[in-house]
Amino acid sequence: MEVSRLRLLFLTLALASTLPGCAWFGRGHDAAPEAVPSADTATTVGAPSSEQPIINPQVERREIKRAQMDTEDFEVGVYGGILSIEDFDSHPVYGARLAYNLTEDFFLEATLAQSRAGRTSYEEGSGNVDLLTDDERDYTYYALSAGWNVLPGEVFIGKNRAYNTAFYLVAGIGSTHFAGDDMFTVSGGFGYRVLPTDWLAVHFDVRDNVYDIDLLGSKKIVNNLEAHLGLSVFF
Amino acid sequence: MPRWLRLLILPVLFLAAVAQAEDPDSKETGQKILIADPFIELHTGPGRGYPVFYVVERGQEVEIVKRRTDWFMVRTSRDIEGWVTRDQMLATLEPTGVPLDLQEPSRENYMSRRWQGGVMGGDFGGASLISVFGGYAFSDNLSIELTLNHIIGEFSNGASATLGLMHVFVPEWRISPYFTLGTGVIYTDPKSTLVRTEDRTNQIGYVGGGLQFYLTRRFMLRTEYRDNIIFTNRDDNEEVDEWKYLGFAFFF
Repeated sequence: MEVSRLRLLFLTLALASTLPGCAWFGRGHDAAPEAVPSADTATTVGAPSSEQPIINPQVERREIKRAQMDTEDFEVGVYGGILSIEDFDSHPVYGARLAYNLTEDFFLEATLAQSRAGRTSYEEGSGNVDLLTDDERDYTYYALSAGWNVLPGEVFIGKNRAYNTAFYLVAGIGSTHFAGDDMFTVSGGFGYRVLPTDWLAVHFDVRDNVYDIDLLGSKKIVNNLEAHLGLSVFF
Repeated sequence: MPRWLRLLILPVLFLAAVAQAEDPDSKETGQKILIADPFIELHTGPGRGYPVFYVVERGQEVEIVKRRTDWFMVRTSRDIEGWVTRDQMLATLEPTGVPLDLQEPSRENYMSRRWQGGVMGGDFGGASLISVFGGYAFSDNLSIELTLNHIIGEFSNGASATLGLMHVFVPEWRISPYFTLGTGVIYTDPKSTLVRTEDRTNQIGYVGGGLQFYLTRRFMLRTEYRDNIIFTNRDDNEEVDEWKYLGFAFFF
């Protein structure tokens, strides 16, 4: 018994050592040169026409991945402030703003905002008279404007902080929806922008929105002044 | 109405949050370039008036962080960030040794830019007109253009959307005439103070022409006339002159 167990151990060991060797037979032709490296290199040097030349004339083109540059010419933001609607009181105004910076001096801007008109002094004074229905008192406008950074600069807060700023002028065209009608609106104004970081801007804007309105049978030019504070993000 | 505004504000806040979150990540990415000029100047802000506070010498490597209009924010190996002009960037090299390619349009190659957009203002049969357009060029001469008009008149308001072809005769001229032809829909909303008429949507066709004036780099001025025919369900079709006095267009 003792002998056969020893023989079994021996056979197992032998099998284990020879099995990996069997793998060589399974290998294809291309792997064969690796088994006899010295002989193969000798033939390659002697005959360049062999399968694996040392210098490969067909150089692989190096792929250069150019990182996509982060261009931050667009700005998106929101603002809120006060809009004075001529004859109809002053009310809060909320808006959204999308801007495209063309150059360091000029930008294009699209704004969309809404407010609500109050009651005229005539309505207040005469008791139950309503010039407009509730829906007609909703005031919305959009404007497509061009802006010019007239006075770019920096502000200093203390000794170690400087923030980029710009004073700019804006003029544009757009439309106001008020009193159940759309009015072609010309707007213009100025603004001041401070950048606390490279991608965030705080705006203070003053605008005049001018349009013709025909409420009581006669046409008149209306100037609606607006002042608002906004935040925008460069992307 | 306030609901759409709220819907607009939400993505803005989201964007702000994303922008803030992304900021630290962007430190790792960025194209490395090699200074080839004797030196480049780093300004404190993206503008010609901002003071120069640092210079990087020839042979050193900097990383482009971002670009705003014609200014590039770069980061030096010492983690100093500043803004460099486009002119100085053009004299830098990519790591492979070739000059940095900013791939931007100029007068010579602006025609290769396929997308164009802009805004125009004018007159539509006596009413005020605000017009927004975007176009894609198939070739140097021929492009397809989508125009959205907002028409604000004394007796009616309206809006139209048209799709048309635009043919620029000699695109390499600085002032270049073009021909345009297209069709679309027009929606008219007569004012309630007048005789009761219904809102209507009609098909519209147009033929027209204009001039584009190439300003600089990516920018153009445009002026355009269109002869519109509104196909009504009455006996006669309506014909409306549309003048776009001045518009601004840019390539992107």
